[in-house]
Amino acid sequence: MKKIRLLVVLSLVVLFATPALAANTIKIGFNIPMTGDIPKVGEMSKQAAEMLKADINGAGGLDVGGKKYMLEFVYEDNEAKAESAVTTALKLIEKDEVLAMVGPNSSKQAVPAGQVANDNETVMITPWSTNPATTLDRPWVFRAAFLDPFQGPVAVNFAVETFKAKNAAVLYDLSNDYSKGLAEIFKAEFEKKMGAGTILAFESHGTKDQDFSAQLTTIIAKKPDFIFVPDNYNQVALIVPQARKLGYKGQFMGSDSWGSAELMTLCGNDCKGLYFSTHYAAAGATGATKEFIDRFNAKYGVTPDDVAALTWDATRIVLKAIQDTKGLSGKLKRDRKAIREAMAAIPSFEGITGSMKFNEQGDPIKCAVVVKISDTGTFEFTKSVCP
Amino acid sequence: MLATIIQNLINALQWGSFYALIALGYTLVYGVLTLINFAHGDIFMVGAYIAFFVATFMLSAAGLPGWAALALTIPLTMILTSMVGVTLERVAYRPLRRKGAHRLYVVITALMCGLILEHANLALLGASRKAFPPMITEHVYNIGGVSFTNLKVAVIVSAILVFILLQWIVTKTKVGMAMRAISYDKFAVPLMGIPMDNIIVATFVLGSGMAGLAGILFAMSYPILEPYMGALIGWKAFIAAVVGGIGDIRGAFLGGFLLGAVEILVVAFFPSTFRDLIAFTVLLVILAFRPTGLFGVAKTTKI
Repeated sequence: MKKIRLLVVLSLVVLFATPALAANTIKIGFNIPMTGDIPKVGEMSKQAAEMLKADINGAGGLDVGGKKYMLEFVYEDNEAKAESAVTTALKLIEKDEVLAMVGPNSSKQAVPAGQVANDNETVMITPWSTNPATTLDRPWVFRAAFLDPFQGPVAVNFAVETFKAKNAAVLYDLSNDYSKGLAEIFKAEFEKKMGAGTILAFESHGTKDQDFSAQLTTIIAKKPDFIFVPDNYNQVALIVPQARKLGYKGQFMGSDSWGSAELMTLCGNDCKGLYFSTHYAAAGATGATKEFIDRFNAKYGVTPDDVAALTWDATRIVLKAIQDTKGLSGKLKRDRKAIREAMAAIPSFEGITGSMKFNEQGDPIKCAVVVKISDTGTFEFTKSVCP
Repeated sequence: MLATIIQNLINALQWGSFYALIALGYTLVYGVLTLINFAHGDIFMVGAYIAFFVATFMLSAAGLPGWAALALTIPLTMILTSMVGVTLERVAYRPLRRKGAHRLYVVITALMCGLILEHANLALLGASRKAFPPMITEHVYNIGGVSFTNLKVAVIVSAILVFILLQWIVTKTKVGMAMRAISYDKFAVPLMGIPMDNIIVATFVLGSGMAGLAGILFAMSYPILEPYMGALIGWKAFIAAVVGGIGDIRGAFLGGFLLGAVEILVVAFFPSTFRDLIAFTVLLVILAFRPTGLFGVAKTTKI
């Protein structure tokens, strides 16, 4: 009896589910950190994606091969943890059956999640990850951000020119792939330019650490010309004030992980006047970028940070690839493959974070900017560096 | 070199002060109830959040100057945090004690209470971090290459004062005598006309109040608050209390500073990955030689 009832229920489910699948929707998964260490990153990603979805669905849907599809975005929280990013990716691929995935944002989660996407033959594009390992030898994984081997030299050259620095110290997060990778690239590049031994201190810390006084004491005792801190914004907001309280008066140089909208609310006055390299500068933007910033500002009341802008670009790249397939078959495996091929065939893309050309690894070749944190707490454009 | 060592010692004293203040709360409750109150680290977190709301209210809504806000925030936070501690005791631990549940169940309940506090915070306030408003201007003093701030000195001095106060309460006052009596013999104490529940409440008031104080000082020193901030530091403070000899106030105080010092000094001279490895190896060696901790004496008077 029970079995029969189950059968009836199952067949009903299938009956009702089939039209739902055949309905004209495109499902895209978002693997983003909505809780954990960097919740602002997930929030900004989601807001940018929601704005894009409203645009397209409001205009009647996405046109693929003459057929209109409504967009459905599935947001899953990866808690800013590497292991959760892996399960989230699997869930999106297997349970939610998404056509493609956007995110994870941070390299710490994007590197392991990229492996899952590649193994399961589903397209993944990470908006914010800059570590080379994310896309390396993974034909199914793409990105919208520049790479750390490019960002590292940008920071080195800028610091040498602007600070007239002859030596430097580095403080980085050892358990974060992004931070560690960038710190090592920076050290190699700086020593290549300024001579061996010019990195006076190369200190590390853990992700959950709140007290950095021991590392900073070691660094300050060496009297470096500046300190390079490729850390997440929440840690930057602890490190910079603590260094000031230990009597350090020199400069800091940061990386793109500083560029969150939340940096200034957490860090306050101590971070003003510092520089970091990033993907775009909101203050003084023009054209499509300005239009995006204004609309975002009007909708959410905040200036979009680089994650928001990159999520916007990454999602649009995915949608363009879907359009380039010239029609979806409705069969998941075949469509995913078609999207990958269309994605790999995109020669260049005009994004709001600059124009990008994709190389064979799925990495864009694009410009980086260095911004200064102004006295009012905005990120002011200082210099643009192109490859 | 000398300046670096002294600088690191000051860093270690500040960091150890937090461990000591939290460890005192563990040790008080354990001393009286032989209960490991695993929610204590999260009570510390709640203390920091209460301090955040009180301070924000005092500064913006009431518009008080920083020093006045601080003077009001400290007692208010301590009172409110101790109310949280007492509520936990009243709602979670006392019913179990009444029913004569085994100690293990009370410890598990404490663990769950901690998780409830963390996740209630996450659910109510969201995952976004809170920036603690600055209440006093921090002055950086520099003497012979050693930098310290007024706040750092205040943290260390408060930890020492709290220790002296608690030591005095436990050894010299009637309440303290009753606390020690309960840890001697739970069954004889009520027969002597001592209101046991009141004494237990007093213990929780003291322990949680100190966690509240630690919360304010921590939030002022590391002004970024998140729901999980109390978990790890709570665990470590518990270990510090055990190494010092749990149930002994001097032990918790010394254990806290010892753990702080080992952590800071290891990071100062080794890569940071070695910190927990070396710190806990040192503590393990201490426990191997003195299983009851530095001040703990097996099976005699505790607290």
